Amino acid sequence: MARLMEEVEEKKKLIATIRNKPWRMKRRLLNLKEAQGFVDKFEGALGKGKGRKWFAYKVMMKKKWIKFQRDFENFRTACIPWERKIKEVESHFGSSVASYFIFLRWMYGMNLVLFGFTFGLVVIPEVLMGLPYGSIPRKTVPRAEQATAQDYSVLMDFQGYCKYSVLFYGFYNNQRTIGLLKFRLPLSYLMVGIGTFGYSLMVVIRTMAKNADVGGGDGDEGEFTFAWKMFTSWDYLIGNSETADNKYASITTSFKESIVDEQENQKDENIHLRRFLRVMANFLITCSLGGSGYLIYFVVKRSQEFANRTDLSWYEKNELELIMSLLGLVCPPLFETIAEMEDYHPRIALKWQLGRIFALFLGNLYTFLFALFDEVNTKLEEEDSIKNASLWAMKEYYANYTFMINDTDSTPPPMNPADIIRGPCWETAVGIEFVKLTVSDIQVSYLTILIGDFARAVIVRFLNYCWCWDLEAGFPSYGEFDISGNVLGLVFNQGMIWMGAFYAPGLVGINVLRLLSSMYYQCWAVMATNVPHERVFKASKSNNFYMGLLLLILFLSLLPVVYTIMTLPPSFDCGPFSGKAKMFDVIMETIDLDLPAFLGTIFSYAANPGLIIPAVLLMVLAIYYLNSVSEAYQNANMELKKKMQMARDEEKNRRNNTDSTNQVMKDLEDLLPNRSFMPPAPPSKPEKMPELEAKPTKTKPGSAGRGVNLQRDVTLASPNPNARGPVSRPPGPRGAGPAPGAGPGPGRGRGRGPPPR
Amino acid sequence: MGTTASQLGKDLLSEYQELTFLTKQEILLAHKRFTELLTKDEKDLPNTRVPVERILTLPELKSNPFRKRICHVFSTSEYKDGSLTFEDFLDLLSAFSDSATMEIKSHYAFRIFDFDDDGTLDCGDLEKLVNCLTGETDDTRLTTEEMRQLISNILEESDIDKDGTVNLSEFQHVISRSPDFVSSFKIVL
Repeated sequence: MARLMEEVEEKKKLIATIRNKPWRMKRRLLNLKEAQGFVDKFEGALGKGKGRKWFAYKVMMKKKWIKFQRDFENFRTACIPWERKIKEVESHFGSSVASYFIFLRWMYGMNLVLFGFTFGLVVIPEVLMGLPYGSIPRKTVPRAEQATAQDYSVLMDFQGYCKYSVLFYGFYNNQRTIGLLKFRLPLSYLMVGIGTFGYSLMVVIRTMAKNADVGGGDGDEGEFTFAWKMFTSWDYLIGNSETADNKYASITTSFKESIVDEQENQKDENIHLRRFLRVMANFLITCSLGGSGYLIYFVVKRSQEFANRTDLSWYEKNELELIMSLLGLVCPPLFETIAEMEDYHPRIALKWQLGRIFALFLGNLYTFLFALFDEVNTKLEEEDSIKNASLWAMKEYYANYTFMINDTDSTPPPMNPADIIRGPCWETAVGIEFVKLTVSDIQVSYLTILIGDFARAVIVRFLNYCWCWDLEAGFPSYGEFDISGNVLGLVFNQGMIWMGAFYAPGLVGINVLRLLSSMYYQCWAVMATNVPHERVFKASKSNNFYMGLLLLILFLSLLPVVYTIMTLPPSFDCGPFSGKAKMFDVIMETIDLDLPAFLGTIFSYAANPGLIIPAVLLMVLAIYYLNSVSEAYQNANMELKKKMQMARDEEKNRRNNTDSTNQVMKDLEDLLPNRSFMPPAPPSKPEKMPELEAKPTKTKPGSAGRGVNLQRDVTLASPNPNARGPVSRPPGPRGAGPAPGAGPGPGRGRGRGPPPR
Repeated sequence: MGTTASQLGKDLLSEYQELTFLTKQEILLAHKRFTELLTKDEKDLPNTRVPVERILTLPELKSNPFRKRICHVFSTSEYKDGSLTFEDFLDLLSAFSDSATMEIKSHYAFRIFDFDDDGTLDCGDLEKLVNCLTGETDDTRLTTEEMRQLISNILEESDIDKDGTVNLSEFQHVISRSPDFVSSFKIVL
């Protein structure tokens, strides 16, 4: 009975992994039919007595579930947009350029979800169920600005009607519940703001984990240079003969270079000069980073002065954003030219370059934030005085009204919302700054592509007919697609969106539009104006590198938002939290008023420091434990590797019948004069070791062949290498594929015949 | 058992889904592209074999330096002429698909690189491999000296049992460490 079950399980396993076997289709079909027939026949027999119907039902549900899963997967792959476009780019430019577009698409998906949250849970309720425009002060353009509120230049600055719209924080009303459904808008606003970060965090970490799996662990960098160049350098997605020719040329160059490198060895001439140059380069770069940070601070201060004047030229109004975008454009090539002094290997140089650009953007962003903070503080001070002034003005209005009408019984109509004195509303100001920054970033990047790539290509193509030297081959020639620059730009843009989304709910929508248009625009630009890279070396682990950057930026953009939620008081007359002491008071209010009483007491207990500190300690301990477990696994790996190496040496030694190659045994032999002390060299061991690599197909049942990286099993193998594990059949069939003319014996690993079983 | 009639039967379709790494759309697209390669009278016969010259007109294979070897490896023809039936074609696409495992890809990569089909990669195979990779023109080839140096470097890195050839498990050992292999060993219609 049990054996029958075992066999049925085995057949099921076979069905699940059948696509992983390197057989011909005919053979697979035969096996599949046989296995399915067997399973169908005997599965029913296994459920006995009254359990039979239930068992059969379970089996049927399981089959339906598998079919449903497969259909769902098919549907999902059909929904993925832009597959054709990316494939076209891939066939012309190779997979590294295409990886940028795949990243862009992924970002678009994430932003679309964030947009859905914000739009559905914050904007739509306010628009449908909240008060309309013009009814309360925060939703109306003040009297003084009404004359210019519709001007194009004012709208472009996001003042006027733009400022008093759903795009920004200030529009939202602080009513606790709105509409028939009693929708709690302030609570929803806060939750959506925090949920944005939570969702992004989850998605980024999940993608990182998936990428880490495919990466194949951490091999040493220089371990298999030549073999990898030989076996893995061709990109099978290339479908264009021009690209193929380029690839041939680059492969040849890289072969020749590595041969020369290998021959040269350490020719360390003048290490002092090199060190001095490197120190010099780093010093110069730190100077320029500091300089750019100071420049931004200076410009922000100037923009605060400008805020008080009204006669500003276009340049002065947009100075801050322009300077920031220009810095982002000019500094990276500057860093690259300085880095030529350093004379590093290209891959290491690329890492340094990326690190420096990252530092530049980060520094700029945080200087901008600090300067913004100063502005916020000034606004907060202003607010106090305006609050008093506003109340006073209202009292005066009522007093005047009764005086003028001379009728103390009628109640005066409320003041026209446009006339009420407004507070400075710092949150909207911050939101406007972020939106302006994003928009100018978009403009600069599109212009750069237009001028830097398109105009350049047009000039090179058409001036070439009447120019002294060959424009296409020499300077300037056509541009290459700058992958790392573009990816970093995307990552930082996302960081700004995360920071600004809390203060300007419309920002996420703007970003979605931007990513959508970017996709089409850049695909067109790449195909029309760029040429494939001449020098293709793959910074291939960079997939997770960029994800790691994104994660870092996520945390860094979380900090300012959380800080402002926790410490700064919201404006008194605008936004969903107006009137409260702190923004998160909304949560307290909800707990008090809406949730049952006992939940309130539970929360108050949970917030007790006496509970939180042990929880934090527990988490620290868990991290420490997991860290030591992973170290133990790494040590076990090293041991296994060493064992394998030793076993191979022993095997070779036994075959060649010479002295032991094992250093330990050699030392021992030297000590002992007795030469008959030969190592026992167990014959079964060396056969077992290499078979460990062959095992993975059998030890992962039920994976449904969905591309699970089975090599994992080897590296996380149990510490007992002699354990065979659940191998259900002898690991021989790898050679069973009908390789025409393949002799089964000679040349395929001598001495490694079928294992003793 | 396969069919090259203009419609693919429903149970065949689901069987192919079970047996390969391809999704339903990919199988249907493969069927469409395959039938485009057939002449009018061939379209009605089941199990037609498409000769290798016509397979090589596919744009995905046209620029590939290993195209002849790929056809040869996946072909089940008795004359060893590299012709493919529809099922062979599906086998090819499945091994080169996005969701195929490292195991299957490395197995087939080994077979493709084994130019003399003897089960190991010896110096002759490696030399032919390098010549394929550097293009067919004379000015991109390596000199004999460079070739010799390159091959000895490769054997030093990957030949663990020092028998002068790279066998399947050594090959898989080298390939499994490479971060690029799975993503570059891909053909998508």
